[in-house]
Amino acid sequence: MHETMVAQSLMEIIAEQAKMNNAKPLTAKISCGTLNPVNDEVLRFAFEAITKDTPYEGVTLKIEHKPIKGRCKNCDKGFDIDLSNPECPKCGGDDFELQPDAPLLLEEIEFQTE
Amino acid sequence: MKIVDINKKILGKNEKFALENLFFFAMQKKLCLNIISSPGSGKTTILAKTINELKGKIKIGVIEGDIQTDIDAERIRATEAPAIQINTEGACHLSAAQINDALKQLPVEDLDLIFIENVGNLVCPSAFELGESGKIVVLSVPEGDDKPAKYPAIFAKSKALLINKIDLLDGGQVDFDIEKAKADARRLNKDIEIFPVSARRGDGMDCWCEWLVNQVEKSAQ
Repeated sequence: MHETMVAQSLMEIIAEQAKMNNAKPLTAKISCGTLNPVNDEVLRFAFEAITKDTPYEGVTLKIEHKPIKGRCKNCDKGFDIDLSNPECPKCGGDDFELQPDAPLLLEEIEFQTE
Repeated sequence: MKIVDINKKILGKNEKFALENLFFFAMQKKLCLNIISSPGSGKTTILAKTINELKGKIKIGVIEGDIQTDIDAERIRATEAPAIQINTEGACHLSAAQINDALKQLPVEDLDLIFIENVGNLVCPSAFELGESGKIVVLSVPEGDDKPAKYPAIFAKSKALLINKIDLLDGGQVDFDIEKAKADARRLNKDIEIFPVSARRGDGMDCWCEWLVNQVEKSAQ
C-alpha cells in the first residue's frame, strides 16, 4: 500500500530532474533493501496511475532488490541473509552482525536525446 | 540517450521531517516510542494501562494514528493524559510530517514520554521513519506465532516486542507457541526485549513499565 506514496515521491523527483536536464525521461532505475522492500507490481501500477496524462507517462521503472548482508560472529564470513533461513552458509551459525539495509533510492534516470 | 546519476532517497522528504523530529526529541531530552502492530492487537489498551500504571512516576502523551475516528484519542484522554488524533483518511501509515505537526499541539515540555500509536498495519509503518527514539512491536496471541517469521522487517527494527493477550493461553483457548515466536523474533534481532503481557488482566505489565522507566531515565540524561 505504501507504494502509492513511493510512486508520488518518485514522480516529484523525476519531474524536478526532467526540468533541470530539459529532457524527456525514459527510464528510472531504483533500488531498495530487504527490510524496506517495495512490491514491483504494485509500485509499477501506482506509478502508471499517478503519471497518467503527465509528461512522465510511459517512464519505465527498473527495480533492483539489494540483499541485506550479515557477518558471522563464529567464522567471520560475510554473506547475503536469506530472511526465511537466516544463518551462515559456511558454518550454519545463527549469531551474526546485521549490516545496514540498503535505502530506497532513485539511482539514475535515462533521458531521451535528440 | 543520456544517463544521469541521481542517487537520491525517494522518501527523502519524509526523512527530512524525521530528522527534525529526532533532533527535537534529543534537544528536549524526551523519549519517543513508535508502537506498531496489526489492527486489534491491543495497542490502545496497553497504552491506557501503561499510563495508569505509571501515574505519578512518568508523564506520558500520545499521538494517535488511525484511518478514521478519534475513538483511540478519547480512550487515552479518559486516563487524563494528553492525546492528539491524526486521521490518515486512507493512508496505511503515519508520516514524519504529520508527527511534526502533532508535536506542536502536545504539551511536550511537561511530558517525559511520547508514544506514537501508528495505524494498525505490520508492513507499511515499518518503512517510514518518524524520528522516534525506538519502535515497539505488539503481537497478540490470536494472530498466531508465525508472524515474526512472516513479517521479519518490523521485528528486526524494533527495540521491544510485547506479546499481548497471554491470558488467552490459559486453558489452551488459543494455540500459540510463545517460545517459537520469541526465537523467530530474535533471529534477526538478538537484542530485542520481549515482554509477554496481558494488558487486560495486568500480567507482565510491571516488567514492561519498569523497562520504560529505565528508558525514560536514559533519555533524560
